[in-house]
Amino acid sequence: MARAVTTQRKIVFTALAWGIGLMIFFPILWTILTSFKTEATAIADPPVFFNFDWTLENYRVVQERSDYMRYLWNSVALALGSTFLGILIAVPAAWSMAFVPARRTKDVLLWMLSTKMLPAVGVLYPIRLILIQLGLLDSKIALIFILMLINLPIIIWMLYTYFREIPGEILEAARMDGATLKDEILYVLTPMAIPGIASTVLLNIILAWNEAFWTLTLTTVNAAPLTAFIASYSSPEGLFYAKLSAASTMAIAPILIMGWFSQKQLVRGLTFGAVK
Amino acid sequence: MATQHSRSAARAMMAPAVFLLLVWMLVPLILTLWFSTLDYRPLRGTFDCCEGLGNYVRFVSSSAFWDSILTTLQLLGGVLLITVVGGIGLAILLDQPIWGQGVVRILVIAPFFVMPTVSALVWKNMFMNPVNGLFAHAFKAVGLEPVDWLSQFPLFSIILIVSWQWLPFATLILLTAIQSLDSEQLEAAEMDGAGPLSRFGYITLPHLARSITVVVLIQTIFLLSIFAEIFVTTGGAFGTRTLTYLVYQRVIESQNVGLGSAGGIIAVILANIVAAILMRVVGKNLDA
Repeated sequence: MARAVTTQRKIVFTALAWGIGLMIFFPILWTILTSFKTEATAIADPPVFFNFDWTLENYRVVQERSDYMRYLWNSVALALGSTFLGILIAVPAAWSMAFVPARRTKDVLLWMLSTKMLPAVGVLYPIRLILIQLGLLDSKIALIFILMLINLPIIIWMLYTYFREIPGEILEAARMDGATLKDEILYVLTPMAIPGIASTVLLNIILAWNEAFWTLTLTTVNAAPLTAFIASYSSPEGLFYAKLSAASTMAIAPILIMGWFSQKQLVRGLTFGAVK
Repeated sequence: MATQHSRSAARAMMAPAVFLLLVWMLVPLILTLWFSTLDYRPLRGTFDCCEGLGNYVRFVSSSAFWDSILTTLQLLGGVLLITVVGGIGLAILLDQPIWGQGVVRILVIAPFFVMPTVSALVWKNMFMNPVNGLFAHAFKAVGLEPVDWLSQFPLFSIILIVSWQWLPFATLILLTAIQSLDSEQLEAAEMDGAGPLSRFGYITLPHLARSITVVVLIQTIFLLSIFAEIFVTTGGAFGTRTLTYLVYQRVIESQNVGLGSAGGIIAVILANIVAAILMRVVGKNLDA
């Protein structure tokens, strides 16, 4: 009897969860479906869901827009460039804070976090002015630096929480076994740190790829990534649903896949270790 | 334990990060502070000193400022209400034994990874468009007049879009927190005759309190500077101009840098108040 009730319960909850899950996912599903339609079927009333003539035409057209590849390349360069640079600067910092904590380490960490909370709009004009003076407005280099800086606190914070989980005793044990400092770093610490660094890289690529304040306000043509490319579809003459959908699908697909892999790290990274 | 030598090495390892963040924070902020005391309008070629607090007075006394504060609060309140209540509900649902839990979780968190310009445009065109949007089709199908969402209910529409983006975040964090709840506690309560409601009210909710605080604070910080969603949907028209957007318009569109900078400083101060509270919550956790 009790068993029947739990199975019944499970069926109800499963149906409810799937219903809500599909509802939340629907806009993404709809975008993907629409990207395979012709422009006429894309706005058909009543809407068609699966039984239409699937076409890759939109993807071809979007890619042929001579500049699509440039936007894509810019997105890749900004995301990877800022992440690489950020890791390069953050690993030593997080490392020293985790293994050689000083009296003020906690204050430094919190202060770093507070820079993340500065509203970007408050410093937009000076940043633009500085970039204009340096001849770096609408340049990838400048944006790589800015994206690196806005995410640096999150990177350091995340790495710090990972590094802190590496037990210090293991180093002592290695030393007792006669490991030199080089051995320690190469064979003991690095293998233990790599999973944490990898998750941090993943989350940071996602954040940099989707960043849509600086990329919209500091670029015009040369350095504009996919966020800006998609925004250009908001003008009335850009109302092509199927093509908008194809462009959108291409812009979100890689990140969606990476995001699904990094669910757990996401919680740690975005709550600064406050929820684990 | 740490030697003098290793301490100075540690300081050297931290130096680049600290230096870069310090420069990144201070230089633009000081410039903004300086500009906020000037009559600085590049298009007219004015760059006159010593407005004192004039820009601040002008910015705060304009009706646009108070409207933008109201809009910001409505946006913030609406999104927080939907995401926190929805997030608690979804987290509890996903914590139940169900078939395909992993897949449902993937479906639910997906919107968080969609870039802001894409989600705003997809909602604007493919759902909320009064002629070709899915909502319009649905309304017509049941014999109702289609609604032009973004001009008739602009703020509500933006709240909807932003909530869709942030619901996954709240759900994911609250789910993580719920899963750390000791299920024996709930079972014991059930055996003692506590109904589902009192179990939720006396055990689950208190357990979630800290995570809810974190969700609210972190979302507040991100939502205060929401930009792309407004930029591509209404462009700040129809009463959707938040404080962030107002400052953006003053500085970039009307090129009144002095006035806009004063607004920027006000935005910084308001965000810092929230940030200070968040820091205390996060900092406490650091000791634990």
